[in-house]
Amino acid sequence: MSKAILNVKGLTKNFGGIKAIDKVDLDIHPGEIVALIGPNGAGKTTFFNCLTGIYTPSEGDITLRNPESGKETRLNGMKPNKITEQGMARTFQNIRLFPTMSVLENVMIGRHCRTKALIFGAVFRNPATRREEEEIIATSYDILKKVGLHKQVDEEARNLSYGAQRRLEIGRALATEPFLLLLDEPAAGMNPKETETLVTLIREICKEGHSILLIEHDMKLVMSLSDRIFVMDYGKKIAQGTPEEVRSNPAVIKAYLGEDVDA
Amino acid sequence: MFPVKELKRSFLISIWFAFLTFPIMVIKVDPIERTVLWRWDNMFFIAFGSFVISILAKVYLLRKERRAGRKKAKKDIAEPFVQRILREPRFLYPLSLAVLVLALVFPMFFSTYQTNIMTTALMYVVLGLGLNIVVGVAGLLDLGYVAFYAVGAYSYALLNLHFGLGFWAVLPIGGLFAAFLGVLLGFPVLRLRGDYLAIVTLGFGEIIRLILENWNDFSQGPSGIANIPRPGFFGMDMSFASGITYIYYIVVALVIITIFVVNRLQNSRLGRAWLALREDEIACQAMGIDKTKTKLIAFSLGAFWAGFVGVIFAAKTTFVNPASFTFLESAIILSIVVLGGMGSIVGVIFGALILILMPEYLRALSEYRMLAFGGILVVMMVFKPDGIISNVRRSYRFKKHHSKEVIEP
Repeated sequence: MSKAILNVKGLTKNFGGIKAIDKVDLDIHPGEIVALIGPNGAGKTTFFNCLTGIYTPSEGDITLRNPESGKETRLNGMKPNKITEQGMARTFQNIRLFPTMSVLENVMIGRHCRTKALIFGAVFRNPATRREEEEIIATSYDILKKVGLHKQVDEEARNLSYGAQRRLEIGRALATEPFLLLLDEPAAGMNPKETETLVTLIREICKEGHSILLIEHDMKLVMSLSDRIFVMDYGKKIAQGTPEEVRSNPAVIKAYLGEDVDA
Repeated sequence: MFPVKELKRSFLISIWFAFLTFPIMVIKVDPIERTVLWRWDNMFFIAFGSFVISILAKVYLLRKERRAGRKKAKKDIAEPFVQRILREPRFLYPLSLAVLVLALVFPMFFSTYQTNIMTTALMYVVLGLGLNIVVGVAGLLDLGYVAFYAVGAYSYALLNLHFGLGFWAVLPIGGLFAAFLGVLLGFPVLRLRGDYLAIVTLGFGEIIRLILENWNDFSQGPSGIANIPRPGFFGMDMSFASGITYIYYIVVALVIITIFVVNRLQNSRLGRAWLALREDEIACQAMGIDKTKTKLIAFSLGAFWAGFVGVIFAAKTTFVNPASFTFLESAIILSIVVLGGMGSIVGVIFGALILILMPEYLRALSEYRMLAFGGILVVMMVFKPDGIISNVRRSYRFKKHHSKEVIEP
């Protein structure tokens, strides 16, 4: 198997005396869809926040390896925007779009870290800037087509339906050209039909060469999509493996259903 | 049609107002005659007046709600007239040309006094547009904006006093000094948002003023610096009147440049990043936007314009002292932005003209200026919280050679 693009070793995050994450190891290989599951409060979102630089981990190492250039970067303590530049983008559990900006502009923001026009370019609009701007619009539009929102480019993001907002968030993350995409509960609050569209979308994204790490509570989705599953409970990793292995793992059953009284 | 519940509410409001204003409007103590006048008729007027006003306000709000409901059902109807004009280039261009011509011929038809007032108003247009970058677009509430204005003005006053530098030499220097100070202020306040940011910037504005007031060796203290030369024009001698006209044209040119630059900034990669920063900081960072850099650029660009106008202010009045740069000045500039419409260039221009010209032409009512000022702001916030002319959203057109289909925005 090729080398892991994300390698997490002994990641720990303390909030005062509480260990929100306790020595978690995780690795993702190119082209994989990996799921991170666990009961509410298990520390999944905190784990995401540590990876993406919103929190600084207390201990442990996070290493990102660009599959193309083979460049390895240690992410601990890096700013969120730098981490995104390295090629890892995320969506949020509680949707965080830019509500009063248009659908297209939301995706255009994602192109920010791959473009560079600043004050000079903005004021004088030299050919390079104009080309860049056209490139931003064209790429953003293509991404919107991919997530199925190209008919609503000028709509304000807050006017979109819930499922569409989730898809827009994924589109915005894709605009940053990530090789690893972190999805925090992408199917939360979706109806079955929307979930179905989402599953197809995630498969497509994966086929295009993006690896995916997702947090999700919808077990049907997790089991059908993921290549491997990591399970967390109370900040600790309690199991890992293929969907079949995890499903029959006694520790996982215990975490979700509680201890068997009769045993 | 009009609910009885609302009538009752308005009635209660009128009683409450009559009660509140009772001590000042009804009781009048005559110290010479040693009597107390009870002006009950005043009480009646206030009660009646507030009753009528509250009903009118309610009717307006109800109608607005109904209109908003209809807007959802049918989208095209509700776009306001002004916005439609701004969106359509075929109206916008002739209109701006007409305004430009009007601005250019203004001094030929009006007196020096009028020209002078207009110059002041246009200076506030530039200040408003500068602050608009910081407050309106990037969403960073800056209450100490006047500090940058002061820096510009004192740059010219001091550089001229000590080194004999002329207006045109100092104009860019003043702008750059202010921008530099903007970065200096930006660094410590980067982590702050909202109220906290407002307080720190407020303090910053006061610090600059107090330094200017108390550091006598540096700024000549409260007595200020006098005899600052007016701007020169290739060493030509100018009469007082033509000097004022000259400054007027300089300011008009500055306004045009500012509108051009600010417009382009807003519709650029940087402008989008500012908007996004205003909406959601964390999502912004997660999308790869450098929060620090983007905020600092906003601060320094905003300050840059204030520095410019500061230099012109010093040249126009030929005298600067710290009393010109009080918090009230910051408040007025902020009101221009809020009243005009956050993030809207046309709105800010209107806001500046209204807020600066109105007090000049309504001198007779100058005692009530602050009252009217507060009243207008309250009324605006209730009825039109987006400002007089809210920002027109830009829609993007797609070029054919990039995507297969062309979609009409």
